[in-house]
Amino acid sequence: MVEDRPLLNLLAHLVLIVGVAVVAMPLWIAFVASTHGPNDFMSGVVPILPGPHLVENYSRMFSTGVSTSGMPPVGRMLLNSAIMALSISIGKIAISILSAFAIVYFRFPLRMLAFWVIFATLMLPVEVRIVPTYKVVADLGLLNTYAGLSIPLIASATATFLFRQLFLTMPDELTEAARIDGAGPMKFFRDILLPLSRTNIAALFVIMFIYGWNQYLWPLLVTTSSDKYTIVAGIKRMADVADAQPQWHLVMATAILAVLPPLLVVVLMQRLFVKGLVETEK
Amino acid sequence: MRFLAAASLALLTSSPAFAATEVHWWHAMGGELGAKLEEIVKGFNESQSDYVVIPSYKGSYPETLTATMAAFRAKQQPAIVQVFEVGTGTMMAAKGATRPVYKLMQDEGEAFDPKSYVTAVVGYYTDPEGNMLSLPFNSSTPIFYYNKDVFQKAGLDPETPPKTWAEVEDFSKKIMESGAAKCGFTTGWISWIQTENLSAWHNQPIGTEQNGFGGPAARLSLNGPVQVKHWGNLKKWADEGVFMYGGPTDGDNAPPMFYSQECAMYMNSSASRAGVVANAKDFKVGFGMLPYYDDVAGAPQNSIIGGATLWVMEGRPAEEYKGVAKFFTYLSSPEVQADWHQFSGYLPITRAAEDLTRQQGFYEKNPGSDVGVRQITLNEPTENSKGLRFGNYVQIRTIIDEEFEQLLAGKKDAQGALDAVVERGNALLAEFEAQNK
Amino acid sequence: MKRALFGNRLLPWLLLAPQLAVTAIFFLWPAAQAIRQSFLREDAFGLSTSFVGLANYAALWGSAEYLNAVRVTAIFAVATTLLSLGVALVLALAVDRLVRAGKVYTTLLVWPYAVAPAVAGILWWFIFNPTVGLLPYVLDRVGYDWNHLMRPRDAMILVVLASAWSRISYCFLFFVAGLQSIPQSLHEAAAIDGAGPVKRFFTITLPLLSPTTFFLLVVNIVYAMFETFGVIDATTEGGPAQSTNIMVYKVWFDGFIGQNLGSSAAQSVILMLIVIALTVIQFRWIEKRVAY
Repeated sequence: MVEDRPLLNLLAHLVLIVGVAVVAMPLWIAFVASTHGPNDFMSGVVPILPGPHLVENYSRMFSTGVSTSGMPPVGRMLLNSAIMALSISIGKIAISILSAFAIVYFRFPLRMLAFWVIFATLMLPVEVRIVPTYKVVADLGLLNTYAGLSIPLIASATATFLFRQLFLTMPDELTEAARIDGAGPMKFFRDILLPLSRTNIAALFVIMFIYGWNQYLWPLLVTTSSDKYTIVAGIKRMADVADAQPQWHLVMATAILAVLPPLLVVVLMQRLFVKGLVETEK
Repeated sequence: MRFLAAASLALLTSSPAFAATEVHWWHAMGGELGAKLEEIVKGFNESQSDYVVIPSYKGSYPETLTATMAAFRAKQQPAIVQVFEVGTGTMMAAKGATRPVYKLMQDEGEAFDPKSYVTAVVGYYTDPEGNMLSLPFNSSTPIFYYNKDVFQKAGLDPETPPKTWAEVEDFSKKIMESGAAKCGFTTGWISWIQTENLSAWHNQPIGTEQNGFGGPAARLSLNGPVQVKHWGNLKKWADEGVFMYGGPTDGDNAPPMFYSQECAMYMNSSASRAGVVANAKDFKVGFGMLPYYDDVAGAPQNSIIGGATLWVMEGRPAEEYKGVAKFFTYLSSPEVQADWHQFSGYLPITRAAEDLTRQQGFYEKNPGSDVGVRQITLNEPTENSKGLRFGNYVQIRTIIDEEFEQLLAGKKDAQGALDAVVERGNALLAEFEAQNK
Repeated sequence: MKRALFGNRLLPWLLLAPQLAVTAIFFLWPAAQAIRQSFLREDAFGLSTSFVGLANYAALWGSAEYLNAVRVTAIFAVATTLLSLGVALVLALAVDRLVRAGKVYTTLLVWPYAVAPAVAGILWWFIFNPTVGLLPYVLDRVGYDWNHLMRPRDAMILVVLASAWSRISYCFLFFVAGLQSIPQSLHEAAAIDGAGPVKRFFTITLPLLSPTTFFLLVVNIVYAMFETFGVIDATTEGGPAQSTNIMVYKVWFDGFIGQNLGSSAAQSVILMLIVIALTVIQFRWIEKRVAY
C-alpha cells in the first residue's frame, strides 16, 4: 500500500467480513433449513444452527424424492443437469474453436458474412425468441430429449471471439514451420493450435459449464417428463405446490444439491474461472 | 393342444402391447392423483387387448395445454388431453382441432346416454344444444369448512355452520370478541369462489351470451349489484379483521391460516377435503354449503364446478378413436367413477357413481364428502349457473386477483374494481374473438 | 491480420458448418419467425391466421399493462445494477487494500456466481417468506409487516435483492481486475502531493475505473433485463398486481400461458431491438478500450 493506515485496514477487514457474511447468508440459511425436520420453521422461531435431520433429508431426496410435487429422486436430475451442462460446454467449445480456426486461418468468399452471422447470436438471447425456438425444437421432434436440451444453446459468439483473439496472437512462424514440414491444416490444428489453446479451453469450459448447469427457462419448457428434468428447473416445481406449504426442508436440501457442483467448480478452479470470466466478456 | 392354446393366451395377455393400438393421454395429475390415474388406466389396459392407453404427465394445467397446442401445430398431438375448465373456451373455439365427445361416441357406436351424467357437472362442457363436448374427469366445487372447536369456545353451536353472509359476519364477530380465534374467515380462489361461484350461487350473470356459452361475442358483466356488494363487504371485513386475504390465484396462504386456527372459517375446493381433515390436527372440522345473501331472490341457486375434462384431439389414425370411445365408457362406469370420487374427493360425473358411493356407506363414514354433490345439484342449473366459457380466461382470472388487490389496498372501491375487471377482461375477449374469426 | 495461410476452399465451410447450422436453425430462423409472427394474429392452435400489420405493436403502445412492464423493467434493471455495482465496488476497494488477506476474501466472495438465478430466487424467497422466513421475523420486531405476496414494493425489493446478490461476485472480480491495473506510481505520486485516500479515490481511482464501470453497467443491464427470468419465475411470477412483471417475463407469459402469439412476438421484436442497441454500445466501448 501507499501508506500504512491501520484504521483504514481495519475498516477494510470489517467491510469484507460483513460482505462475506451477507453473501453467505442465503446459502447458510438454506443449509440450516435442510438439516431440520418439516415442522421446525412453522413455530415462528427460525433456527440459525443446523439440526439433526441432515442425513435423513438428503437420503430421502436421493432415494424417493417427493412424489406429491412431481419430484423424482434427485440422482436422476443431477445426472440430467450434468449431461446438459457437459454437452453445452463441450459443444460450445468444439464448434467455436472450429469456426475461429476457419475464420482466422483461411481466406474464402463470404468470410465476413459468416463472422457476422455468428456475431448475431449475441443479440438474440433465448428469452426473446423463446416461442418460435420452442416450435422449431418441437417440429424437429427434440422435445424432452438431451439433444433438445443442449443443441439450441451451443452456438456461441463469445467463445468464437475468444478463440479468434487467441489465434490472432499466435506467431505466423508456427504456421510457416508446419507448412514446411508438409502438415495440412487439420494436422496443424490438432498438433499445434489445440495444445497451445489448452488453458483457454479449460477456462472457457469452467464458465460454460456453469452457464449450462444453471439454465432454467429452456429446460423448464423442453422437458415434459420427469426422467429428463434438470435439478435447477426441478426446484421450482417443488416449491410451487398447490393447497399446501412447500416442504421447505426438502426444497432447501435440493437447492444445496443444485448449487454444489458449480460451486465446487468455481472454488476449486478459481484461477481458471477468473481467467475465463474476464476473457469471455472482453 | 389345450396346452398350446393356454400358452398362446398367456402370451397374448401378458403382453397387451402386442399388436394393440396405442392411445396417448396427456394429463396434469402429479403426485398421488397421478399414481391413481395410472392405476385406473392399468385397469383398462388389462380389461381388453386391442388398445393400450399410455398416460403421460405433462406438468401443470397451463403446461399441459401449451404442450398440446405446440404438439398440434407440429402434428404430434395425443388422442386425449386433460384441459382445465378455464381452457374450455379456447378448446371449443378451436374447431377442427378437437372432436366432440358426443360425436365420437356416436361415430364409434359406443352406448352413450348423456342423461346418466350429473347435469351440473357436464353442463359446464356442453354446447348450447346440450351436446357433450368433453368428458369431465376431475371436477370439484367450493364448499365451506369451519373449526368446530372454535365455534364451541365462542359459544356457538358447533353443529350449525352459518347459512348466510350475515351469519358469517355475526359468527365471526362473536368468535373474535370471545378470543376463540383471531379472524373470522379466509378463502382460497377470490376469482373462482368469491366471484364466479358467488354469481352462480345467487343466479347472477358473469357475462353476456349465457356466460359465454352462446359464442365468442360474449363479454363480462360481473359488475352487477350483488358482486359489488359482496366485494365491498369483503373489503369492509378485511379492514375489520373479520376476513383475511390468502393471496392471488388459489390463495396459498389461506390453508395455513385455517390449519393454525388463526381463522375459524374457510372456503375452498371440495377436493381439498381430505387434505383439510389431515391438516386439522388439533381440532374438528365441520362442513357446510357456501353462504348466500338472503335478500337476493333465487339464492341459493347451485354452485359451479372447477377442475378438468378430457378432450379428444383431431388428426389421429381412425382406429385410435375406437379405443378412445371404449376407454371413455370404461372411465364413466360406476365402479371406476366411484373409486376415483372416493379416493380424490372430486365429484362423481354420473348418478350411478354417486348412488354406488352412497350404497357403499362412504358419505356416512366421511362426513362432509357429499356437500359438494348436494350443492351443485341443489337446483336445476340456469343460464347463470351452468358455468362459464370465455377465451383467454386464465389471464382474466389474474385480472380479477389484481383488481381485488387494488380494492384491498384502498386504491379503488368495489364498483371501480369490478368495472376495471370488466373493462380489462373485455379487451382480452375482443382479442380472442378476433384471433378465432 | 494473419497472412492468408491455408488455401483450401471447402474446408473452412466444413469447419464453420456446425456453428452456422445451429445459428441458422435455432437463432436466425426463430428470430425471423418472431418478426413474421408479430404482424399476424393467430389462434392458439394455428388454425386461423390473418395479417394485421402493425396492430400488435399498436396494441402494446396503448396497453397499460405493457407500459407498466416497461416501467417495472426500468426500475428493476436500474436498482439491480446500482445495488450490485455499489456493493461490489466497496468490496473490491477493501480487497485491493489488503494484498495478502485479499486473496482469501476473494475466494469467499466469488462463489455466488455459481448459484443459478432461479436458485438464488428460491433462497431469498425462503428467507423472506412471510410465514417461515427469517427476515420477516426480524422485521416484525422492528415494526415492519413484510409481505411480498401482497405488497408490490416488498416484492420488488425481494427480486432486486436476489438478482443483485447473484451478480455481486461478477462485478467484484471485474472491479478487482480494474483496480489492479491502476499503476501504483500514480497513487504514490498523489500521496506525496498530500492527497488523502478519499481524495485519491475521487481523483485517480474512480476516473481510471470508469471504463470498467461503464462496461459493467451495460453488461448488468443486459443481465437484469434478460437473465433474471429465473428469479422472477421462481418467486413472484410477476406479481402481485404485475408489480414485478418485467418485459422478458411478459413475453413468456403472454406467449405460453396467454397464447397471444402475435403480441408476444411483437414484444420479442422490441426486446431484440433493445439488445441490439445495448450490444452496439458495449462493442463501441471495447473498440475504444482496445485503442488505449
